[in-house]
Amino acid sequence: MTFELAQRNVRLHLFRSILAAIGIIIGVVAITSMGLLGGALEQSVSDELMNMGNTIIITPAGPSVGDEKAGIDERDIRQIKLIAGRNPTIAFYNTYDQVKVGDSQGYSSVYGVDPGELPPITTLISGRYISGTEGVMIGQTLARNYGIREGNFITVGIGAREQRIRVVGILEDTGFSGGIQTDNAIIGSERWYEATYSGRGKYDQVVITVHNLDDIDGIKDAIDARLNRREDVVNIMDFRSLISSIQEAIGQISLFVMAIGGISLLVAAVSILNVMLISVNERIKEIGILRSIGTQKADISKMFLYEAAILGLIGSVCGGLLSLVGGGLLIMLIMQDISYLLTMHTVITVIYGMIIGTVICIAAGVYPAHRAAQLNPIDALSND
Amino acid sequence: MEICIRLEDVKRIYPMEAGDVYALNGVTLDIGVGEFVAIMGASGSGKTTLLNQIGCLDQPTSGNLYIEGKNTRELSDYELTNLRRDAIGFIFQKFNLIPLLTAFENVEYPLILKTGARDTTGRPADLLRLVGLDGGHMKHTPNQLSGGQQQRVAIARALANDPRIILCDEPTGNLDSKTGNQIMDLLTDLNRQGKTIVMVTHSDEIATYADRLITIRDGVIQ
Ligand SMILES: Nc1ncnc2c1ncn2[C@@H]1O[C@H](COP(=O)(O)OP(=O)(O)O)[C@@H](O)[C@H]1O
Ligand SMILES: [Mg+2]
Repeated sequence: MTFELAQRNVRLHLFRSILAAIGIIIGVVAITSMGLLGGALEQSVSDELMNMGNTIIITPAGPSVGDEKAGIDERDIRQIKLIAGRNPTIAFYNTYDQVKVGDSQGYSSVYGVDPGELPPITTLISGRYISGTEGVMIGQTLARNYGIREGNFITVGIGAREQRIRVVGILEDTGFSGGIQTDNAIIGSERWYEATYSGRGKYDQVVITVHNLDDIDGIKDAIDARLNRREDVVNIMDFRSLISSIQEAIGQISLFVMAIGGISLLVAAVSILNVMLISVNERIKEIGILRSIGTQKADISKMFLYEAAILGLIGSVCGGLLSLVGGGLLIMLIMQDISYLLTMHTVITVIYGMIIGTVICIAAGVYPAHRAAQLNPIDALSND
Repeated sequence: MEICIRLEDVKRIYPMEAGDVYALNGVTLDIGVGEFVAIMGASGSGKTTLLNQIGCLDQPTSGNLYIEGKNTRELSDYELTNLRRDAIGFIFQKFNLIPLLTAFENVEYPLILKTGARDTTGRPADLLRLVGLDGGHMKHTPNQLSGGQQQRVAIARALANDPRIILCDEPTGNLDSKTGNQIMDLLTDLNRQGKTIVMVTHSDEIATYADRLITIRDGVIQ
C-alpha cells in the first residue's frame, strides 16, 4: 500500500513528475551516449592497435655514420629467423623520400621488400604484385591523395636520385599489418631498392609476427642473447606496453567525457530533490494522518523513496532507450560506422546508465524521505 | 473499576518566544475501561492537547501517562506507533481521510499496516456497512463523499484493528445536527460494545451522550 500511495502521488502530480523525469532522462542520455561514444572509440583504436600488438620489431642499434649505413645483415637475419621458428618473419629496407605526381609533391615511406613476402600480408585492390626491378606498388591512401591509378608514373627521389617509375599495383589499406605500414607508402622490390638507395644487405627492420602473445618475451630474450652478446647490434621492441597505455588514455578520456555528462545527471538529481521536498511539504497533513493511525517512520520514508524510485526508473529507462539514439548519432557523426553501436559494450553501458540514473534519483529522495519521517505527527496533523 | 487510561500530573509546555505556553498544567485523571468521557472547555483550553497525549501522538513535558497499565515514557517511538495502530482509534473533526485512497482502502489501510498484506476477509466492507456507508460509495475517494459519509468512513477506519480505545476530537464539529446525531448514535453503540471512548466537544447537546463530563480551563481540570 505504501508503494501504491507513492504511485498514486506520482500520477496525481503527473506534470510535475514528468518534468522531474525529463531531467533524469537528459542526464542518463548524456552519460550513456558519452559512454557509448567512448567505448566505440576505444574499440576502433583497439582494432587498429591489435594488428601490431603481436609484432616484434628489430632495428639496428648503431646509427648510420656518413656513407656507412647501419643495418641488420643477412647473417643476423638468419639467426633471427631461426629463433622466430614458425612465426612469420620479414626483413625489409625502409626510408623516407620525396614523391612527385604532376604538380603535387610530398613525402612518403619507401619500402624495399622481397616480392614473395607481400601476398600473405597484403591485399591487392588493383593491378598486380611487383616482381623483379620494374615498377612499384603503392598504398590506397597514397593513391587516393595523389589521384594515382595503376599504370601511372610517379617520380621518386630528389636531384640525382630522381627517377620516374610506373605503379603496377595498389594495396588495400590495412593500418598496420605484418609490420609494414603500407597505406601511405611506396613498396618496391628489394633489388629495385638496393639499386636506388644502395646499402645492399643492410636491412632497416625485421618484423616477427608472433602467433602466441606469450612467446613474445621468450623470443625477444633469445634474440637479445644471441645478437647483442658482445655489443648492442639490434634494438628489439614490441607494442604491448604502448598499446595498453594508449588504451588507458582513451579509457580516461571517455571517463572524463562521461563525467561531464554526469554533471547534467547531478542537475537532474537536484530537481528530483526539489520535487520531493515540495511533495513532502504538500503532504505534511497526510503524513500526520498516516503517523496518527500507526504508520511507522520507516514506512513514511519508504513512501517517498518509492516515489523517487518510480521517477528514477521511468526516467532512466526512457533515457537508456533514447541514449541508443543519441549514442548512435554521435558514433555516426564522428566515426561514420554504426556497427560500433551493436556491441556487448553498448548493452552494458546502457544498463549501467540506467542503474546510475535510478540510484542517483533514489539518493536524491533520501533527504526528503528522512525529513518526512521525522515530522512530528501533531505538527503535521495541525497543518492545513 | 479497571483503569484504562491514567494521567499523573501531566504537563505539556510549548516553549514560545513570547514565553512558555502551559497547554496542560498538571492534569491528573483516571478513565475506566468502557467509560464514555466527554471533555469540554473553551477554545484554547487544552482539549486537543490532552487528547493528543492520551493518543500517544505527543509526549508530556512532565508527568506520567499510562495506557492499559503501560507507562508511555518507557515505550519507543516504534512501540508507541504500534500502540496507536492496535489499541487506539482516532476520529477527527476534519475526518482526516487519506485523499489518495478510496473509502474502502482508507479502512483497509490500518489492516495492511498490521498484517502486511491486502485484506482478504472482507472486513473493510463489513465495517463500512456497519457505519452505514452503502456499497456504491466504497470506491469513492474522500473528496467525492459528503462530510457525514467521510466521518462514517473515518469511524470504520478507527475500528479496523478492533481498538479498545476510541479518541474523538469534535467528531460532529463539521457536520449538521442531524448527521451529528447519527454519528453520536454510532459512537454510543460502540461504547455499549465495551469500547472506551474519550470525546472532545464544545457542544452541550453532544456531551449528553457521554456518561462522564470533564471540563478543562487553561490546561487545568475543573
Ligand atoms: N504546537 C503548538 N505550539 C504552540 N502552542 C500550541 C501548540 N498547540 C497548541 N498550543 C497552544 O496550547 C493551548 C491549547 O491548545 P489546544 O489544545 O489546541 O486547545 P483546544 O483544543 O482546547 O482549542 C493553546 O493556547 C494553543 O495556542
Ligand atoms: Mg482543539
